[in-house]
Amino acid sequence: MDELEQAKQTFVSEAQDLLRDMESGLMQIEAEPDDAENINAVFRAAHTIKGSAGLFGLAHIVSFTHVVETVLERIRSGKLPPSGDLIALLLECRDHIESLIELLTRGIETPDADTEQRAEALRTQLLGFLDGEGGAETAKAHAPASVLEHDVAESQVPDGQYLVRSRYWHISLRFGEGVLRNGMEPLSFIRYLKKLGEIVHISTLYDAMPPAASMDPESCYLGFEIVFDSAATKPDIERVFEFVEDDCQIRIIPPHSEVTRFRELIEALPEADLKVGEILLKSGALTEQELEAALHNQVVAENQADVPQLPVKRLGEILVEQGVVHAETVRSALDKQDKVQANKLKESKSIRIDADRLDDLINLMGELVIGSAAATLMARKHDLIDVLEAVSSISRLIEDIHDRSLRLRMVQIADTFNRFRRVVRDISREIGKDIDLIIDGGETELDKSVVEKIGDPLTHLVRNAIDHGIENAETRALLGKPANGQIRLNAYHESGSIIIEVSDDGGGIDADKVLAKALANGLVAPTQTLTEKEIFQLIFEPGLSTAEKVSNLSGRGVGMDVVKRNVIALRGTVEVTSELGAGTTVTIRLPLTLSIIDGFLVMVGDSSYVLPLDSVVECVEFTEESRHGHEGNYVAWHEHVLSFVDLRELFKEKGPKAARQTIVVVQGGGQKIGLVVDQFLGEFQTVIKPLNKLFEKLHCVSGSTILGSGEVALILDVLAMTRLVETRVEAE
Amino acid sequence: MAEHCEKIVGEFSIYTAAALKPKLLEALAAASALSLDLSGVTEIDSAGIQLLLLLKRETLKSGSELRLTGSNPVVDEALALCNLTGLFNPES
Repeated sequence: MDELEQAKQTFVSEAQDLLRDMESGLMQIEAEPDDAENINAVFRAAHTIKGSAGLFGLAHIVSFTHVVETVLERIRSGKLPPSGDLIALLLECRDHIESLIELLTRGIETPDADTEQRAEALRTQLLGFLDGEGGAETAKAHAPASVLEHDVAESQVPDGQYLVRSRYWHISLRFGEGVLRNGMEPLSFIRYLKKLGEIVHISTLYDAMPPAASMDPESCYLGFEIVFDSAATKPDIERVFEFVEDDCQIRIIPPHSEVTRFRELIEALPEADLKVGEILLKSGALTEQELEAALHNQVVAENQADVPQLPVKRLGEILVEQGVVHAETVRSALDKQDKVQANKLKESKSIRIDADRLDDLINLMGELVIGSAAATLMARKHDLIDVLEAVSSISRLIEDIHDRSLRLRMVQIADTFNRFRRVVRDISREIGKDIDLIIDGGETELDKSVVEKIGDPLTHLVRNAIDHGIENAETRALLGKPANGQIRLNAYHESGSIIIEVSDDGGGIDADKVLAKALANGLVAPTQTLTEKEIFQLIFEPGLSTAEKVSNLSGRGVGMDVVKRNVIALRGTVEVTSELGAGTTVTIRLPLTLSIIDGFLVMVGDSSYVLPLDSVVECVEFTEESRHGHEGNYVAWHEHVLSFVDLRELFKEKGPKAARQTIVVVQGGGQKIGLVVDQFLGEFQTVIKPLNKLFEKLHCVSGSTILGSGEVALILDVLAMTRLVETRVEAE
Repeated sequence: MAEHCEKIVGEFSIYTAAALKPKLLEALAAASALSLDLSGVTEIDSAGIQLLLLLKRETLKSGSELRLTGSNPVVDEALALCNLTGLFNPES
């Protein structure tokens, strides 16, 4: 991949981040239209996307985003009220930009006719909002303007360079520390300068002055930025500072210079760019547009020159800087500067890593854990006490590193949760219910691979809650509930799992109706007595959700079996509690990571198998007596009859049979079964290796792991085993 | 703490700056407000201005106050030249 391509990828991922910010920001505007900081952030996001797209010559993104930016600018300056319709439109526009970026990831830089048409339609709508603002602006916005054209619209000159409008000289002075001791007086130079013309504005800078304790009163720390009105020539002005030129940095910019001259000045001065920019702005040396152009151009120029050799990170920095620098200078707010600095600091504290590389690392760490276990085993086998000691300290370290590298993959669930703000907003608008989304525990961390897969089931649950859970406004009013429905997403950690709750304050589930439906569908035998909890659990059964009428269950039903299937695939569980008339809570419990489980190691013949520890209920001795004369594969267990599977038979193990066998009672999917094994070896931290595609169809096995001895052990799929027993029972 | 008064007489320049710096900083540290009478200043230069800026910066840091009292055309001219009048006399 060439470096330009790499830089483009950085642009794409940054744009995606910005679009996400933009989405939440736009919704925030709806909630709090007066939050200027937030409106600014949205504007900045659009602006940065436009600017960066310009760097890559992506004209279609630039021209579309430009209109969006123009509208946001109107909102920002209070000229356009952010109505619900406008926000809805802006959200659509945001989606369109996202789709343009999405096309880009597939290497498509020229969108097809459909996309163009959509852009045109959105653009027309946006311009509708701008129409009240005068035709000229509209026309300008309508033209597929490039970034630069817009930014310097007023001062552009034919050759593509642009000159500042100020008719004054700009003189920048930074006196050396030794000036005073050399008998020169900075103020006298300035007094002398006044003889050549008029000082329009002067800013005295003393940022170079050290803290009081180390400040030398005989050194000079002063600098001046002077806006000077004079008909004198440059040599005339230079001559003013002739005597001090060895001891002073002097920069003289003639009137109507190119903006780039100021860019160079800003770069060269020791003070922060923002501060210098602000001084230039305040003193009238530059207009806002010019300053923007100067700062913006800084990025363009650097980028044009450097992109081929540019490391990706550098581009990222420039983009960030650009995004921040712009808006802040325009706002001319000194008090924001600290914040910018803090943000920059934060930015540099995190780095972006390709998830695959992280996975590689974690895989290797897994191998290392296994390798170190093997070393321990060997040392023990040969009774090498000193080696054993060394190895055990190494393996402790390895475990630490392994834990930590696993933690690298942990991400906060907030991003996933926040995506639902949009879902809730869109659906509730669509069906005309007012619904508030409350998010708690966004900082809860879980494995990235889990986060990726939990989105769909959650969407399903949230949609269900909006659609079927929350009553319409009239019903709510009748019941004396608050007019706005409430959906709550919550996440927290509990004993090695993460719990995610989706609750609503809607109508709840009518257990009687569910039961009636289940009876009608033959899911439940009329003789069965079920607790309320068991009845609620029925809504996850496929038989119920395929029922054509969902609303008569006074609530959910669509695709709940899909939700359950997805959660189980993540080795999780899902439960529902509900109170008729008060609301429903669906609780999903998931493992923190998919790559490690607490295993329970058992032996059958010469082979090892791993059972997920949390599925193990009990271990009991397996004797002929315990069968109590039961025919077939049944034993008595705590006054129950327990079906069992002999693993020796199931896996056709040929190794020696133990004199005393054991039954491990496991549960999966609410069923308990017994597994007959020769020996159990206890708990075992298991690094899961996915099975090769070839073995995907293999029954009762969900993965493999490598033991310290180097042997491979299969990880048993308990759920599949309980199903196996079920079908066997049915066959009998 | 009460306001502390200090008067500078004669030159407020490179020649006196070294001696004035510790004196003025001490005076500032000793009180919540320092009132500096500059009516007796006969000459002020960059070094003097710099000292005033240092004191001002200290007050901003510590939340104390610096007031320049006693009108003096020499000082006023120098401050005006540097566009610092507003910094030291916020009310004017």
